[in-house]
Amino acid sequence: MTLELFLFFTLALIALVTAGGMVFSKSAVYAALNLVTNFLSVAILYLLLDAPFIALAQVTVYAGAIMVLFLFVIMLLGVETLRAEFDWKKIWLQAVLALALLVEGFVMLFQRMGQAANLPFNTASVLTNPSEMAKVLFTDYLLPFELTSILLLVAMIGAIVLTKQVKKRSL
Amino acid sequence: MTQTDFFTLLPAILLTLWACALLLVDVFTPGAHKGRTAFLAALGLAFTLGVTFLQPGEYTGFNGMVVRDGFANFLISLFLLTGLLGVAVAYGYLRRMGIERGEYYSLMLFSIVGMMLMAQATDLLVIFIALELLSIPLYVLAAFAYPNTASEEAGLKYFLLGAFSTGFVVYGIALTFGATGATSIAAIVAATAAGVANKALLLSGAALILVGLGFKTALVPFHMWTPDVYQGAPTSVTAFMAAGAKAAGFAALIRVFSSAFPALAADLTPILWALAALTMILGNLVAIAQSDIKRMLAYSSIAQAGYILMAFVAFGSDLARPVAISAALFYLVAYTVSSFGAWGVVISLEKEQGKDLQIADYAGLGKKFPWLAAAMTLFMLSFTGLPPTIGLIGKLYLFRAALQGGLYWLAIIGVVTSLISAFYYLRVVLTMYMKDGQPDVARETWLTATIVFSALATVIISLFPAPLFDWASRALLMVMK
Repeated sequence: MTLELFLFFTLALIALVTAGGMVFSKSAVYAALNLVTNFLSVAILYLLLDAPFIALAQVTVYAGAIMVLFLFVIMLLGVETLRAEFDWKKIWLQAVLALALLVEGFVMLFQRMGQAANLPFNTASVLTNPSEMAKVLFTDYLLPFELTSILLLVAMIGAIVLTKQVKKRSL
Repeated sequence: MTQTDFFTLLPAILLTLWACALLLVDVFTPGAHKGRTAFLAALGLAFTLGVTFLQPGEYTGFNGMVVRDGFANFLISLFLLTGLLGVAVAYGYLRRMGIERGEYYSLMLFSIVGMMLMAQATDLLVIFIALELLSIPLYVLAAFAYPNTASEEAGLKYFLLGAFSTGFVVYGIALTFGATGATSIAAIVAATAAGVANKALLLSGAALILVGLGFKTALVPFHMWTPDVYQGAPTSVTAFMAAGAKAAGFAALIRVFSSAFPALAADLTPILWALAALTMILGNLVAIAQSDIKRMLAYSSIAQAGYILMAFVAFGSDLARPVAISAALFYLVAYTVSSFGAWGVVISLEKEQGKDLQIADYAGLGKKFPWLAAAMTLFMLSFTGLPPTIGLIGKLYLFRAALQGGLYWLAIIGVVTSLISAFYYLRVVLTMYMKDGQPDVARETWLTATIVFSALATVIISLFPAPLFDWASRALLMVMK
């Protein structure tokens, strides 16, 4: 067994266990922490696939920003413990849909295994190499990048406008 | 960034910088003098309008992601006019309602930047960001009168449904990318022409983009948010977004569909046909049942969008498309001036706590304020499409475009629904002149100026439509290579 294969199985096991833990844990905080671990192990799986950019994006966006938001909301609302009982009758539709997705994933996997991705364009180099990504971002996609910065500024102004305390108004 | 890039986006760059500067100036403006911010915002808009006129011409910038062609120049000018009118109606209203804050004008300018980019974008990615840049300030402005619950509700509803509809646009862009491997219109055209694009995927993408833009332009059945948001938002915001957001949605719709998807016309035309027919019928019928003037005008704005879409249904025909685009542009101007006039009248009657917003409150206006009632009559006639107003000329052009495209049944639906609309528009006129009441109006210089300007434009352009229509006819889309 090579080191790579060993790493893969370890990470896959961690990802599966934490995904299960996230669904089944009674405490919302534990569920969130399980999800973080899941995100991190998947991020390392991306690294094994030679996709460092996606791996780091996974860590910063999902494991970082989104999870902090989740935990923040959980603790702010004080819903650390989930009272709802786990009831198969209530979630049968979700279960069926999830199962369908799983089957679809397996079918696609075995059908396409060993084939090159059949895309009319080449994204491989851009997606794997962060410096390639940066080159594209700051040349071809400079305008969307700059516009996004303005968009974030506007969102920030909006948030400040809407959360500032005001005296009684007449309208 | 090269010089061409700079000139392509000159109006948007100027306005963005101005909006940022306005934020800083506003910090040092004492609360009692917030009117200065409004004045400066108007100055910025007027300056940008001047620059746009002095620096027209065709440019392509940022690797073909944005263009400035006749179409974009026409709409940029319209958006800047919308902004000027929007500042004018807001100035006194915000003070009267006690919600005067400098950020209002900055957010408005940012929203206009988003509208301009919607008209200039030739890449779906830029359209998506422009759509957000246009919408996010509007969400905030709709909730600007918080902690007033109606305004909060309007903001939240608009935000949630707007975010939902943006999801459709993004999904549509993703499917289009999957089908053609590109987000730029030129590359989509190339891929479609070369036959490498997966047609089912491309069609689903186009349909989803249509849903998202249909939401912004308030087409039935994506109109659910419109009455509540138009009613709950501060009226000056409603006036601004009724004109601006709709025009921007149509700008993107026209450019994307006539540049990128003409090959799909055979499949998309029936969908557009149904949307236009539904919008005209439902908008006009439901408007009859409204007793609140803001809700009535909201449904009226839905119906107006149906007429504009009607002209554009036959976008696949090379013969009908230019006629439809110029008719749509002309009608957007007609709609903007008439609608600002009507909302201006609503603003001058509106009192604190949302009083005097029922149509019944307009009773006696004809006797007590004959000029204001005359102006309102003019705007109602313009919405209906009766002489002597710009609305009549605009509708004639739209119907001509529809007939050119061979859409006889749709044109008939349009005429019949116009007749139906006369019922609720003229009911306002009837209430003003035939019923007795003691209405009271606010006298504010800039508000009066807006109403006078709108009334004059409504009449004068109807008498001399040729220059504006010539301009609209010359406002062509740049051909994507």
